[in-house]
Amino acid sequence: MTAKIPISVTVNGTAHTAEVEPRLLLADFLRENLDLTGTHVGCEHGICGACTILMNGDSVRSCLTLAVQADGASVETVESLGGIDDLSPLQQAFQEHHALQCGFCTPGMLMTATDMLRKYDLATDEDIRDGLSGNICRCTGYQNIVAAVRAAAGRRDAG
Amino acid sequence: MSAPDDVSLTRPQFVGATVVRREDPRLLTGAGNYVADIKRHGMLHIAFRRSDHAHALIRGIDAAAALAMPGVTAVYTGADMARLAHPYRATSRMKNYQATFIPPLAVDKVRYVGEAVVAVVADSRYAAEDALALIDIDYAALPVLVDPEQALKGDAPKIHDDLDSNILAEREFSRGEVDDAFAAAAQTAGGRFHFTRTTPVTIEARASVAEYDKGARSLTLHCTTQIPGIVRDKLSEIFDLPGPRIRVIAPDVGGGFGGKTSLYSEEIVACAIARDLGRPIKWVSDRMEDLMTTGNAFDEIVDAEIAVDNDGKILAVKADVIGDVGAYSIYPWTATIEPVQVVSFLPGPYRIANYAARVRAVATNKTLTGAYRGVGRPISVFVMDRLLDMAARKIGMDPAEIRRRNLVNDDEFPYKAASGLVWDKSAFQACLAVAAENIGYDELRREQAAARAEGRWAGIGIASYAELTGVGSRIAVAPGMPINTGTETCNVAIDSTGAVTASFGLTSQGQGMETTLAQVVAQELGVKVEDVDIVLGDTASVSHGTGTYASRGAVFGGGAGILAAQAVHEKIVKVAGHLLEAAEEDIETGDGNVRVRGTDRAMTIRDLARALYSDMGRVPKEMRDEIDNLEATKVYDPFFGTTTSASHVCLVEVDPETYKVAVKRYIVVEDCGRVINPLIADGQAHGGVAQGIGVALMEEVVHDATGQILTASLVDYVVPSAVEIPSIDVVHVEAELPGTVGGFRGLGEGGTIGAPACIANAISDALSPLGIEIMEIPATPERIYRLVEAARNG
Repeated sequence: MTAKIPISVTVNGTAHTAEVEPRLLLADFLRENLDLTGTHVGCEHGICGACTILMNGDSVRSCLTLAVQADGASVETVESLGGIDDLSPLQQAFQEHHALQCGFCTPGMLMTATDMLRKYDLATDEDIRDGLSGNICRCTGYQNIVAAVRAAAGRRDAG
Repeated sequence: MSAPDDVSLTRPQFVGATVVRREDPRLLTGAGNYVADIKRHGMLHIAFRRSDHAHALIRGIDAAAALAMPGVTAVYTGADMARLAHPYRATSRMKNYQATFIPPLAVDKVRYVGEAVVAVVADSRYAAEDALALIDIDYAALPVLVDPEQALKGDAPKIHDDLDSNILAEREFSRGEVDDAFAAAAQTAGGRFHFTRTTPVTIEARASVAEYDKGARSLTLHCTTQIPGIVRDKLSEIFDLPGPRIRVIAPDVGGGFGGKTSLYSEEIVACAIARDLGRPIKWVSDRMEDLMTTGNAFDEIVDAEIAVDNDGKILAVKADVIGDVGAYSIYPWTATIEPVQVVSFLPGPYRIANYAARVRAVATNKTLTGAYRGVGRPISVFVMDRLLDMAARKIGMDPAEIRRRNLVNDDEFPYKAASGLVWDKSAFQACLAVAAENIGYDELRREQAAARAEGRWAGIGIASYAELTGVGSRIAVAPGMPINTGTETCNVAIDSTGAVTASFGLTSQGQGMETTLAQVVAQELGVKVEDVDIVLGDTASVSHGTGTYASRGAVFGGGAGILAAQAVHEKIVKVAGHLLEAAEEDIETGDGNVRVRGTDRAMTIRDLARALYSDMGRVPKEMRDEIDNLEATKVYDPFFGTTTSASHVCLVEVDPETYKVAVKRYIVVEDCGRVINPLIADGQAHGGVAQGIGVALMEEVVHDATGQILTASLVDYVVPSAVEIPSIDVVHVEAELPGTVGGFRGLGEGGTIGAPACIANAISDALSPLGIEIMEIPATPERIYRLVEAARNG
């Protein structure tokens, strides 16, 4: 077994140091080492998007990222959004529009949408669908997710 | 007995209201509890070495090097499982059915690629997977059967040596004089239809955590299952443990769609090893394992023909179905469930006097097929509604008109379909009429004509279907199946703290049943929705229950919930009558309170519970002896069940350069009886249609001639993303309510049942100037390209 490598990662504002095998996936580091099980693993090959997190402000697949690649980085996961009794506007929009059913893809959807809402105008539903096209949802048929992101964009733009 | 000033007695209609889901806050914040999230002290992890042969003898297994790896605790093979678990198979009373034993780990022989052969147990999944590579399995390859038409021949090699042949089931239906009707027909149409193999692809792959308590001699399995009760009952036999010492729990489950309605080998292996080692055992499927092993869907060849007269009246239909069911007959549904449903449901919602059909379920060296959203009916609707369009084209009749002329009319119910199924009254004609009106069918035809004039390939599709939902004890979900899927249990209890809990044998995999069942129970009891806790997916909660599948949750859960809540309500009224010194008929409940109608004499149900359970003296002993507690368990059996029906209409356009199909418009009009929560009901239709579009256009499990799966990643097995699925309009026709308790019909599968036929009809319509009929799906760009090329080269 290859020697473990020390890393320092800030996750949801908290600094963590650890010694990890170089092959350890960031998704497994978050879920197993830090007990942040909100990040879900759906395919382990970068297609489904359930494991999407933000690293230094960009959405990335935590199943295609090694924990050692996150050394020195700032990571945001679904646990950084609103809490169970104080949902963020995006989470509220998901609830109001029934944008989740089984909830397994939802953390990845929320993190992708967070990235989109920070960076893009999202002027049309096509823009939203394009932005979400790397995240698979098998339950909703997407239209309520599109509606929720549209509502969140509206709230964002209303300031 | 003074009433608090703020006692409110509003009795809102919770059933039918848009209530946001109580599940959402935890799922939106990463606070859900899925099986993969479970950790236990001392837990070990399994990785499976799976067969890379589709059909081979196992001559030897050398796992010594694997066992010597650091972190590896144990290695198990089929021989070990034979010692730890009794063998099992899916039996059935159906004639001409052959059951297969399903070894949890292969013994002597492997029968499909991906079949589990060896389980490695280690202190991490990483370590377990490292060890897999060191296992040496000596295989002797056998002839591989991937073509069911070859496999059913008398001289084909047998996949199971103890069976008579590879034909696991055979059944025939016949009604009327089919040959005479065909001879007299003005037109006939038909051909060979092929509905390829798909797989459910829940975003959460299957997973199990098994724990064995040595002191209590009890087993607990947390599992991604839709059927905890069925799994518990079978594990009781497999492990010789009484039911109360096996607890199967389905916590938050990330989608099911039927793929999680079967008992899987990995669940048995995890339990066996947990018991053998006395350590918690975890297995989480990776996506490749999921694509290789989760029960596949469909895979049928159907030779079918329709005979019509010049008025478009259906005279007869005949069909010969070959279902490729894979290597084993799946537990509990058997290999019959998918292909037999194809012929049972093929006549659909139409008046058909003469019908003949044969079905054969044939074993091949492929993954097992099982239940997938719609089970059989997506293909029966695909065949029937394609036949109708083909016939309509031949006699020059509009597709909507030929359906109007053949759909069973309101005054003909209950209607016995040609296969023997009996349709409960449902809005067959109204669904079509409302769909045509809402989408603006005539205008759509004009738009299509304009598009055609510009050289664009635009087409309109229609599909109409009916399904039995909430099927009770009169009819088995799968023919001859020895388990009862016809009842469900609900226990409603108000405890000594005044809290209300309703417990069910059902599960929820995204259907929002914690919310909808709370709406139903709260309305019946007269309490607030948020004050009813719902317990699902735990075999410790009710003595019998099977789970959530076959569009049964709302019918069974709603019905059992109403019956149990009514029984508790009677007890509340009795106690309240005493405490409030009023006649029982004058007591009303609402908002968690009881009151004497028309007075200010009232109390909270919480206080009533305290009076009964804790403040001895407030309720006389005789009354306490009579009612015992504020609790009731009721079992609901809808007996025949009821019928859900719908019509789908869509507009598609085929790109003449890429041959890709774009779905431009889509409407679903369904009669699902009383809607409990419109938000959730619409969501079920959206998701069902999206899966149906996937089946129609993209999804296909592909095997090569050696039985290797070429679609073992989500790069190769493509499911729809947000850019392929349009916005879907959903209209609920709440016509005459059915006789089920609560008036509910099931709705979970409908979208997937109708969409493949609807899309295939629209593509055929778009390409009708070239004379193309879509006979095989998915209609991928490559398939459409080949059809167009063939038509042009004519």
